[in-house]
Amino acid sequence: MHNKSLPELSTALHSGEISSVELTQHYLDRINTHNKTLNAFISVTDDRALEQAKVADKMLANKTAGTLTGIPLAHKDIFCTKGVRTSCGSKMLDKFVAPYDATVVEKIDAAGMVTLGKTNMDEFAMGSSNETSFYGAVKNPWDTDRVPGGSSGGSAAAMAARLAPIATGTDTGGSIRQPSSLCNLTGMKPTYGRISRYGMIAFASSLDQAGPMANSAEDAAWLMNVMSGFDKRDSTSVERDVPDYTATLNDSLEGLTIGLPKEYFGEGLDPKVAATVEAAIKSYESMGAKLKEITLPNTGLAIPTYYVVAPAECSSNLSRMDGVRFGHRAEDPKDLLDLYTRSRGEGFGEEVKRRIMIGTYALSAGYYDAYYLKAQQCRRLISNDFQQAFKEVDVIMGPTAPTPAFRFGEKTDDPVAMYLEDIYTINTNLAGIPGMSIPAGFVDGLPVGLQIIGNYFDEARLLNVAHRYQQQTDWHKQTPDAFK
Amino acid sequence: MSLDKHDVEKIAHLARLSIQEDDIPHYARDLNNILNLVEQMSAVDTNDILPMAHPLDAHQRLRPDSVNEVDQREAFQAIAPKTEAGVYLVPKVIE
Repeated sequence: MHNKSLPELSTALHSGEISSVELTQHYLDRINTHNKTLNAFISVTDDRALEQAKVADKMLANKTAGTLTGIPLAHKDIFCTKGVRTSCGSKMLDKFVAPYDATVVEKIDAAGMVTLGKTNMDEFAMGSSNETSFYGAVKNPWDTDRVPGGSSGGSAAAMAARLAPIATGTDTGGSIRQPSSLCNLTGMKPTYGRISRYGMIAFASSLDQAGPMANSAEDAAWLMNVMSGFDKRDSTSVERDVPDYTATLNDSLEGLTIGLPKEYFGEGLDPKVAATVEAAIKSYESMGAKLKEITLPNTGLAIPTYYVVAPAECSSNLSRMDGVRFGHRAEDPKDLLDLYTRSRGEGFGEEVKRRIMIGTYALSAGYYDAYYLKAQQCRRLISNDFQQAFKEVDVIMGPTAPTPAFRFGEKTDDPVAMYLEDIYTINTNLAGIPGMSIPAGFVDGLPVGLQIIGNYFDEARLLNVAHRYQQQTDWHKQTPDAFK
Repeated sequence: MSLDKHDVEKIAHLARLSIQEDDIPHYARDLNNILNLVEQMSAVDTNDILPMAHPLDAHQRLRPDSVNEVDQREAFQAIAPKTEAGVYLVPKVIE
């Protein structure tokens, strides 16, 4: 039951082959068995899930159910869920029970889906290995001595171990795509503004974007249909029609031009990862696509630029955690300053503090022009590179991450080494364009992701390009032996 | 340039973060490493380049100035660490 696609589950539910309660219980049992090993979930919402499943079964019985009604799902613990703890992986919000639902949660609930629980993540989504979580590291089901990637590491591990049929994630610099690559999933970061950020705890507001983490492009398309759309409660949400992402999955790739940025295949890329990704790209030629080498000359600027823009925005966003209105509060503060500084000092972990300090420094008097303004100008150069490339090509392909999953502790002593993990994903967040990671093969038993990047609002084409590959390969169907 | 102990203390103060005295050297090291990474931006000429604040260069959407939220003070204060009679409590600010 846990190896079925969303369309297969939908058919099983609608035909009465299985009830939503049975399906939900099956996943809750799997979570109960495997979560001790993986630490993928921060909160498991058993009772609530079974209540939602009962409602779904009624809708299925009286024929008012939609296509996704009764299908379980896991939410990254960054999405506010009314009445359920929403921790964002931080001690600061360990006791925070959200008083409202994120728009994404509201839409998924309205579709009749069942929330199994809230998944582990790097604290406030700051990390690429899930090692910064207050709730402890998440293990990669493919090798439990290794990281699942981050920051959506809990959603990735839960999906790889088949503890949920689909999950949500968020991606500020690669946090959907990199863990998808490391855990053999199909993950999509849509265009900035495609999915509402309302109720999604903010890290870097000009970069954050939610998206699906799935077992296939088809499943991702199903959830994209639910998650996408304009929301007046998000001031950067884009008013633009949402296509049916499932309608174009099978379109022909005849004549598609795929751009291969030479900067994505250079120094720093594991040669075995390069070979795996190149083989996957090569197979597109047999589907009628043309390959073309391109250049994105400012690729090297992406990480320096990101580590000004993201910390600056995070230092501003996280100023709301002050120990007054919600979140952790220090005991017996002697004055207001002591209340602020100790509540924040005790509530935030090290990586979050580092980024808040970098951001505070970059925005402080006298440094704004040298850092934030300069970074915004570099951001324009990075974006221009993509726009130039899309004059010649339809999509861009390359690796998602420079290496397969690495071992715990391997990069924790050196923040900069960890930051380089996102070298191929960060550019798309800075430009605001959509990107996907899909399973492309294995290196020494560890999954490798192929990244597909498109122009603004070209999600349907990315899903189509991914789906056609998945029609010819079965990498995306592989599961780790211990979690069959 | 390089941040020293005093700079780290000043930044932590601006950010309203208490940090342990013993941790200052390693914060200084990490922040300096990050700033060295960021420094790579200065190699690029960005004269005449328009700063990009929003990925789609969109403008802030405006809406009529009308009431569209209901009062949920009790629900919001239920999750506050310390409240009394509908107000949030903080240490005394004015003597």
